Amino acid sequence: MAQGLLRFITAGSVDDGKSTLIGRLLYDSKTIFEDQLESIEQASTQRGTDGADLSLLTDGLRAEREQGITIDVAYRYFATPKRKFIIADAPGHIQYTRNMVTGASTADLAIILIDARAGLLEQTHRHSFIAHLLGIKHMVVCVNKMDLVDWDEARYNEIVDLYRSFSSRLDIPDIRFIPISALQGDNVVDRSERMAWYDGPTLLNHLEHVHVAADRNLQDCRFPVQYVVRPQTDAHRDFRGYAGRVAGGVFKVGDKVVALPSGLSSKVTSIAIGEKQVDMAFPPQSVVMTLADDIDLSRGDMLVRENNQPESVQDIDARICWLSEQPMRPGTRFELHHTSREAKAVVKEVVYKLDINTLHRVEDDLQIGMNDIARVRIRTAAPVLADDYRRNRATGSFILVDPGTRLTVAAGVIYA
Amino acid sequence: MSDYNLSHLDELEAEGMYVLREVAAQFERPAILFSGGKDSICVTHLARKAFAPARIPMPLVHIDTGHNFPETLQFRDDLVNELGVQLIVGSVQELIDRGEVTEEQGFNASRNRIQTPTLISTIEAHQFDACVGGARRDEEKARAKERFFSHRDDFSQWDPKNQRPELWDLYNGKCQPGEHFRVFPLNNWTELDIWNYILRENIAIPSLYFAHEREVIRRDGQILANSAYLNLRPDEQPEKLQVRFRTLGDLTITGAVESDADNLEKIVAEVAAARKTERGGRMDDKRSQSAMEDRKKEGYF
Ligand SMILES: Nc1nc2c(ncn2[C@@H]2O[C@H](COP(=O)(O)OP(=O)(O)OP(=O)(O)O)[C@@H](O)[C@H]2O)c(=O)[nH]1
Ligand SMILES: [Mg+2]
Repeated sequence: MAQGLLRFITAGSVDDGKSTLIGRLLYDSKTIFEDQLESIEQASTQRGTDGADLSLLTDGLRAEREQGITIDVAYRYFATPKRKFIIADAPGHIQYTRNMVTGASTADLAIILIDARAGLLEQTHRHSFIAHLLGIKHMVVCVNKMDLVDWDEARYNEIVDLYRSFSSRLDIPDIRFIPISALQGDNVVDRSERMAWYDGPTLLNHLEHVHVAADRNLQDCRFPVQYVVRPQTDAHRDFRGYAGRVAGGVFKVGDKVVALPSGLSSKVTSIAIGEKQVDMAFPPQSVVMTLADDIDLSRGDMLVRENNQPESVQDIDARICWLSEQPMRPGTRFELHHTSREAKAVVKEVVYKLDINTLHRVEDDLQIGMNDIARVRIRTAAPVLADDYRRNRATGSFILVDPGTRLTVAAGVIYA
Repeated sequence: MSDYNLSHLDELEAEGMYVLREVAAQFERPAILFSGGKDSICVTHLARKAFAPARIPMPLVHIDTGHNFPETLQFRDDLVNELGVQLIVGSVQELIDRGEVTEEQGFNASRNRIQTPTLISTIEAHQFDACVGGARRDEEKARAKERFFSHRDDFSQWDPKNQRPELWDLYNGKCQPGEHFRVFPLNNWTELDIWNYILRENIAIPSLYFAHEREVIRRDGQILANSAYLNLRPDEQPEKLQVRFRTLGDLTITGAVESDADNLEKIVAEVAAARKTERGGRMDDKRSQSAMEDRKKEGYF
């Protein structure tokens, strides 16, 4: 059976071979276009590389090519007869962790690369933890550069054991290990003849077949109102429709719904996608709903079912990843963006910060700086309609925006 | 549709509509940059769906190089009429006449580069705080790095080394006065997705996309439409070929491909089998390895 779209990210420490791997995957699966190949061959010759440097397929910025590192996530699209893929090639450098977080927030699977010579590094830990924090349930650990350790099975096993013991403290249901050489292509698309001791699938084979349970909640009806459609034209004088993307559950015409936070109830009278009327809507569809009653309902509000409602909270227990170069100053007021809702917020308490190498809680130094991951308690000025992130990504996630610089300074997931 | 699974195109459509509604909700003066090409036509189609039964609540902005295919302008005007939206034209010729930009000279002269100051002056004149474009990440290596809400400073510049984080689909459209966002609802679409979608939705597109006979010249491995705006080299001989365009830009830079795909089904088949990217035929990208990045930093589409 054909598998659906797979969104994955490459992660791991700087220079572990992420971009080379993506290049190799595209090249060996014959999904590179001729002019793209010509262009990277030309660029490689110019800089005196032997053959085409495949990392240039994703490292497209001038500064990236100058420094030989990835700075920001590159997205690549490719398809094999078995599956469609969206790849996010993330940077390994610690300075650009927030770009990795950006790419990971929409991924279903993470490939963690480890340089067989170097083993597990701090960024290996950090990226693995971020993937786990963001709810990625599938991980493939590629032990790379096996060519540089003589294709040594013992070294591979050593790294696998180290990673297993690190990751046993994260709850990632599906972890696979594959020994590869991104540079030479071993076990990427084609099976390696130099590592006969490995009898698992190649990376592409695994990616094509891994079953990723759709990250969709079909139980809890959640419809954050995004925009109110009021045509005010002669043909639709009294029309008032609520536009939004279904964040959970299945809504049907005729369903009784409750509007939050007002608590007023009504009935769904129509659901439309563009001009087409449909009888139901489910995630991640973008629709317009109309209701039987003229109730007060606008952007930031949410339609739900009476017997299944999110928590309406002003005190939030959350994990955040700090993304700003400026450390967090205690008592700062932020704007918290959650679904289509915004609320003023303040971090009341830093409960602990995480030591990324040991995964231990640090409770004596609670200064939060760039790339720190912490558990915090946040107080908002208005109620937020929240679910646990593990139950619903869309209604369990938020960002903090600095009202002065207007920058996104933190990514947060709610533990309700 | 059983098991509540959406097709790939349905998912992309839902995402695009969501992004467009965020634009309408978050910004005071948004606009859609409309080039007349297939991507901006798709964006406009998504906008129509996103706000139905109301009209699209933002104007279409066309940056007119003056070197257009006549079909493109006709198409634009018909669409604007049908949708009942406002059309704003930023004219490159006017900027040249006012002496604000200088035209390139020579055989490969094009007005591509001076579209950027025209776009910026149009944005400033109308104080747009969000400009929706049809760019896709699969088009080009600098575009592969784009956010959905892409921040521009008060000189309209893109800073690819310091982009804002963008988490989930929580798009932060906050910026300082004078700054704005470029927004790309089609980020995750490929060229093939676009064609499959045009086919599925039966969207009208300019006839230039279908194979037709045209007078062209061959230059540096490209096939260019012969026109009054193209400076011919002494050795260049116009010839007639059966061609179509994979992208539509300024007449002088848009390369054609030899093709007999004269309907949407044939185009889909042709694109699916293509061995070159659509921008492989664009002179503007061929100027250097980082031609697109450099133009984007300056404020290009
Ligand atoms: N010998 C060998 N070298 C490799 C292999 N994979 C990658 N490299 C080399 O390692 C260096 C770094 O590779 P990249 O692909 O740029 O690493 P990266 O993980 O993308 O780095 P960042 O994105 O900057 O974090 C390059 O010189 C590659 O040629 C491999 O399997 N074997
Ligand atoms: Mg890289």
